[in-house]
Amino acid sequence: MAGPGQSPGGVRGGAPRYRTLLTACLLLLSAQALAVDPRERLTDPALEARARAISAELRCLVCQNESIDESHADLARDIRVLVRERLTAGDSDTKTVQSIVDRYGDFVLLRPPVKPATWLLWFGPAALLAVGLTGTALWLRRRSVAPETSKALTQEEQRKLEQLLREGGS
Amino acid sequence: MRRLLYLLPVGLFVVLALYFAWALRPGHDPRVLPSALIDKEAPAFELAALSGTGTLSRDGLRGQPVVINFFASWCAPCRIEHPVLMRLAKQEKIPLYGIAYKDKPEDSTRFLSQFGDPYRSIGVDRDGRTGLDFGAYGVPETYVLDANGRVRKRFVGPLSVETVERELLPLLRTLAGS
Repeated sequence: MAGPGQSPGGVRGGAPRYRTLLTACLLLLSAQALAVDPRERLTDPALEARARAISAELRCLVCQNESIDESHADLARDIRVLVRERLTAGDSDTKTVQSIVDRYGDFVLLRPPVKPATWLLWFGPAALLAVGLTGTALWLRRRSVAPETSKALTQEEQRKLEQLLREGGS
Repeated sequence: MRRLLYLLPVGLFVVLALYFAWALRPGHDPRVLPSALIDKEAPAFELAALSGTGTLSRDGLRGQPVVINFFASWCAPCRIEHPVLMRLAKQEKIPLYGIAYKDKPEDSTRFLSQFGDPYRSIGVDRDGRTGLDFGAYGVPETYVLDANGRVRKRFVGPLSVETVERELLPLLRTLAGS
């Protein structure tokens, strides 16, 4: 960009512009970190830590690939507040999570529960690997056990061969 | 036996292709969630009515199948849906109740005076708590409750004429008949 004949102002302006960009990036990062509004936070640090841990495991249903701890969606905020309400009321972590699952279903859990419907999801890859390994093992063993043997021709084959040779010779 | 083994990849391909075709079928949105409340009792709620002094509550709606529609004046898809709701109320005489989700009452009132009011009664869910209890994750959402107050169906997003004809009205007929 800084070719000859261009105003040097562009070059001199480079440093502050770079700083602006850096500030903007840092601001974006800080916004990311502050999805949890300070007003939502509980005064008890132990309870707040539990709330944060639970929130990180719950899916925001609006954005669907973010946890409610990271999401700025209104609904995520509502659920964060609900989680804190349940904890303040003295509910255990499991009971709190269950109250959210009762409303939104298993999909709200970022870590799907292990149950018959999700066995394929949890154990499918391991099962496939086991099948593959067994297959490979069997194949390798058969290859090493069975040596290359040249079988003698049967009478029928011998007769055909001779006939073909005779035909080819004529 | 060997030859069957060679057919295995083809077989796998067919199975996968069928699965993908099913998952990509037209009219299917994978982001629409099934409600966790289907065939369970609807969460209890008692909301101040938008007009007058009464309330709208779950227990007050028992006794007949009802349709509950979450809406808001700030919600654009609700405006798209509104003519369908008007038709449901006026022509089909569906017992349709509204819940104004996270909306200022004066805004809801203005919205309804502008586009018409299809609801028999409207509850004001100012902080969205009733929506949260229903497992709603946006507006509009429409729930069908049977006479015992159980959730039988949820529609996410604006109701279309086709959805109403194909799903909502037949369901209400079944519920009324049983």
